[in-house]
Parts: sequence; structure tokens; C-alpha cells
Amino acid sequence: MADVKKIATRESYGNALVELGKAHDNVVVLDADLAGATKTSIFMKEFPERHIDCGIAESNMMGIAAGLSTCGKVPFASSFAMFAAGRAFEQVRNSIGYPHLNVKIGATHAGISVGEDGATHQCNEDIALMRTIPGMVVINPADDVEARAAVKAAYEHQGPVYMRFGRLAIPVINDEATYKFELGKGITLREGKDVTIIATGLCVGESLEAAEILSKEGIDAEVINIHTIKPLDEALVVASAKKTGKVVTVEEHSVIGGLGSAVCDVLSEQAPTKTMKIGVNDTFGESGPAVELIKKYGLDKESIAKKVAAFVK
Amino acid sequence: MTNQELFSTANEIRKGIVTAVHSAKSGHPGGSLSCADIMTYLYFEEMNLDPANPKKEERDRFVLSKGHCAPALYATLAQKGFFPKEELVNLRHVGSFLQGHPDLKHTPGVDMSSGSLGQGFSTAVGMALAGKMDNKNYRVYAMAGDGEIQEGQIWEAAMFAGARKLDNLVLIVDNNGLQIDGNIEDVCSPYPIDEKLKAFNFHVINIDGHDFEQIRKAMEEAKNTKGQPTAIVAKTVKGKGVSFMEGKAGWHGKAPNDEEFAIALEDLKKAGEA
Repeated sequence: MADVKKIATRESYGNALVELGKAHDNVVVLDADLAGATKTSIFMKEFPERHIDCGIAESNMMGIAAGLSTCGKVPFASSFAMFAAGRAFEQVRNSIGYPHLNVKIGATHAGISVGEDGATHQCNEDIALMRTIPGMVVINPADDVEARAAVKAAYEHQGPVYMRFGRLAIPVINDEATYKFELGKGITLREGKDVTIIATGLCVGESLEAAEILSKEGIDAEVINIHTIKPLDEALVVASAKKTGKVVTVEEHSVIGGLGSAVCDVLSEQAPTKTMKIGVNDTFGESGPAVELIKKYGLDKESIAKKVAAFVK
Repeated sequence: MTNQELFSTANEIRKGIVTAVHSAKSGHPGGSLSCADIMTYLYFEEMNLDPANPKKEERDRFVLSKGHCAPALYATLAQKGFFPKEELVNLRHVGSFLQGHPDLKHTPGVDMSSGSLGQGFSTAVGMALAGKMDNKNYRVYAMAGDGEIQEGQIWEAAMFAGARKLDNLVLIVDNNGLQIDGNIEDVCSPYPIDEKLKAFNFHVINIDGHDFEQIRKAMEEAKNTKGQPTAIVAKTVKGKGVSFMEGKAGWHGKAPNDEEFAIALEDLKKAGEA
């Protein structure tokens, strides 16, 4: 896959906002002095009058977004995941979640693939935080095609949505011509009978490749892409777990509270299944090139394949 | 309304406040009573509202950033006819739409859920910004507590509103001087409030928050102020109108018992007859 096209999903976010902005006058985009990094600068260039830079004040930005939404705007409040879900958690909960306002949160630079900036900026806790808020939709797209579709779906959805994007350019794994995004629906990318790998975000591409490695070792893995972590496609998860009898979750997020936990919540109640969670193991990240960190923290295809093989045997 | 009529209306709203808090057996009477006169002026004199159509698009907006003073908002909305006054006794009861802090989803006339201090003002700034973006004429009013402005988010929002010259926005600071832990100066002084807001590009007006003539003049001045938001710093008395609550931090978040409730109603009855 050396010649595969690579795009960071934050770039997809910026591009999708422009498309939305063209189609809908009520789309407004907020940022907190990170427009160049979150890629809302792409929207700002097209629609400067609808791009609101709030300065370095994420808590206030969330409140402004809430106020705008009560007046008919559909605000996309944008920052790094660390600040959108972390610093402004309580504003998101109380000013957006509790009144169930139609605010979309575009959180970029999620996970350890932030790279060199290190642990303070590598948010591995945002999915956990956001999915505890009643009524909040949580989306973590796997590539450019999915990310752009997710932004449009977020607009169409009435209510708060948290979207998670990455800084690192990652392979485009979906075919735009045939791809369909359905909120709350997982996608089975590869059928298999020995084990179910449920992945999200950039780990979907890595998991697909891991499945190929496993196949050579005689392990037939099913790979499911969960782009919507909340509401989770419970039926798909349960059906696949029953089929293979073994489940592995893979995410660029803490193993506490993220996709792995969401899957375990469902399985423990509906279809108890032996499950292994692959993710960031209750630790902070560190500085370094993103690709090296992904390897070090065991989220690359080889590490995933190795862990799954050991788990299945 | 004449100032006398405003006084009588505020007195009725105060009765509603103590009735609701007494019935709930919990809640925040002190700060509710201190802002009651300004609430009365806003809802009976100042704001463009229609109780029959609470979500009217062109309406003026109000955000009670000091959301714990929900009894004042509810008593005012009931007095104005957004819902029956009889509902006030259901404050904080299970299943009631009168939550301990305002909930926009279920209460007619509530423009924003609030209660976590510092957050409401930001949402008001967002509403004012939307009005500017859409060239709408509506105005936005936010009520903050003088203790509440210890929250950093208030100043994030003030910086934004000042920088964006949101002259359709009025921030009222209910300066009753007391917070849960005591005198605001002893806890963590926010003074000088007016100078701080001026530095954030607000047009600032200091008033006596119980003097309807001063409230009227300040609101008019705010409307005539162009190119910057207005802040009205209203000196008030916590617990105003109920003899034993006035100036007592202890009545920040405590409900009167039956005996105290009777005294409170008697105080307000006398004031109404005077």
C-alpha cells in the first residue's frame, strides 16, 4: 500500500466544512486560535464572515456556540481534542449537552498521533469523556472519505455531535464512489470466522492490514469499522461476537472508557465474549514522530497482528 | 409601568420567590430577592416578549447566568403569564418543569439552561453575536452574580464581547456583596468591578439596583450606547424585602421554615400596602 493516498482527517474536516458552508447559510465555524491546525482556516478563506475566532478561550467558545445554536445557527466549534473535550468538558456538558443544543464539536489532534507536541496535547481520554454525556453523538472516522461524510451527517443530525479527527495523514481506505455513512451503523470491512477485530479511527486501516498478516498465519479475522462510538451499533457487535466467539477492540485512545469499554459494555450484557482491548494502556503519551509512537504504543498493523494471534491461540 | 406599579409587581414576584423556595425546602432566596427589581424591570418594561409565543424569533433574550436564582426567574415568568403562578410551589419537586436551575427544554420563557457559574454569560454573548450576524434587532440581557464573576469564563466572554463591540448585549452584575462563604471582599474580591469591565471595552453604569428610576435610565443609556456592550453594575441588598434575610450570607442557599415563611410573607404584604 505504499502508493496509497494519505490525508489527515483534520484536512477532511476543513474541506467538508466548506462544502457544508456552500450548501447551508446557517453553518458557522468557531475556532480558538488554532484555525491553521484544525484546518478551519480552509472555511475561513471561503467564508470569513462565518468564521469566528474566539481566541484562546475554549470554554467561552463552547458557550458562544451554544448561544448561536439557540438563534438558528449550526455552529461547528473547533479545537484540539484535549481542549474541546478536556478543558471545556463541563461547558460541553452543561451548556450544550444538558440543553441538547444543535452544536457540533470538531476535535482535531486526537490521540498519540499528535506526535512531537507530546503528552500534554495527546488526548487519549476524549471518547471516554464525551460518551458519558447523555444525548451526545461521538464519531471517530477512519479516513478522509468517512470523515467528510461524517461532517455532513453531523450537520443533518439534530443535536450535539462530537467528531474526532487526527493530525497525521493516514491512508484513504474507503472508496468514495460506493461509500455510505450511516450514523450509528458499523461497517464490516472484512468477513472472518476466527476473531472479530473492532476498530475505530486510524486503527481501522492498521487493523485491516493486520488481518492480512493474520490470514497468512491461518487466522481468519473479521474486521469491523466503528465510526460512531455513540450510539454504538450494538446489533452488529453482538452478531459478530456470536459468530467468531472472540473480540478484539483497537483504538488510538485509552483502553479505559473508549471503544473497548463501549464494546465490553454491550457484550457483557448481551453476549458475554472473551475480549481483548488494544489501545493506550492507561498511560500518557510522549514526544516523537507520530508513526514511531503508533509503533511504540502497539497500534500498528504488526503489533495488532501479533497481539491478536496470541489472543486467538 | 409607573415606578409604583413596578414596585408592586416586584413585590408580588418576591412573594413568588419565597413561596417557591419554602415549598421546595431548599433553594436560593437571597440572590433571588436581590435581583428581583431588575428582573421586574426587564420583563415588564424593557424586553420585547410574548408569553403566548415564548420562542418568538425577534424576541429579546435573557440568560440568568447566576442560575441558582431560578426562583426569581420563575416567579417573574409566572407573573408575566408564561405559566400559571400555581406552578411555583412545584419548584425542585420530582417531575416538575421548574428545575433547581433553569432548563430551557421544559420551561416556557427560559432562553438558556444555566446554573454552572460563568457559563450563562458566554451563551448570551453567542446570542448577541448571532443577532449581529443576522442584522436582527433583538437585544440580549445576561444577569451575573458578583461572586460568579470570580469565574474566569466570565472574563473570556467579556473580552470577546468587548472586542466584537456587541452593543446589543447588556450584562447586569447583581452586586449584593455576599457569596456562600461570606463577604465577596473577604472571599476573593472582584472589585473594582466597574473598572475591570471598562478595561474589557464595556460601557459601565453603576446604579442602585432597587431604584427603578436608576434602572430605567441605565437601560435607556445601554440602548443608546453604540460600538460597545454595556455592563450595569447594580448595587443590591441580598435578601431584599424580607427583614430577616437582608444582608445575610446565610440566606444565600437556605429555605425558610414555616414560621420564617409566614414572617417573610407578612413583610412583603406590609410593603405592598405601604
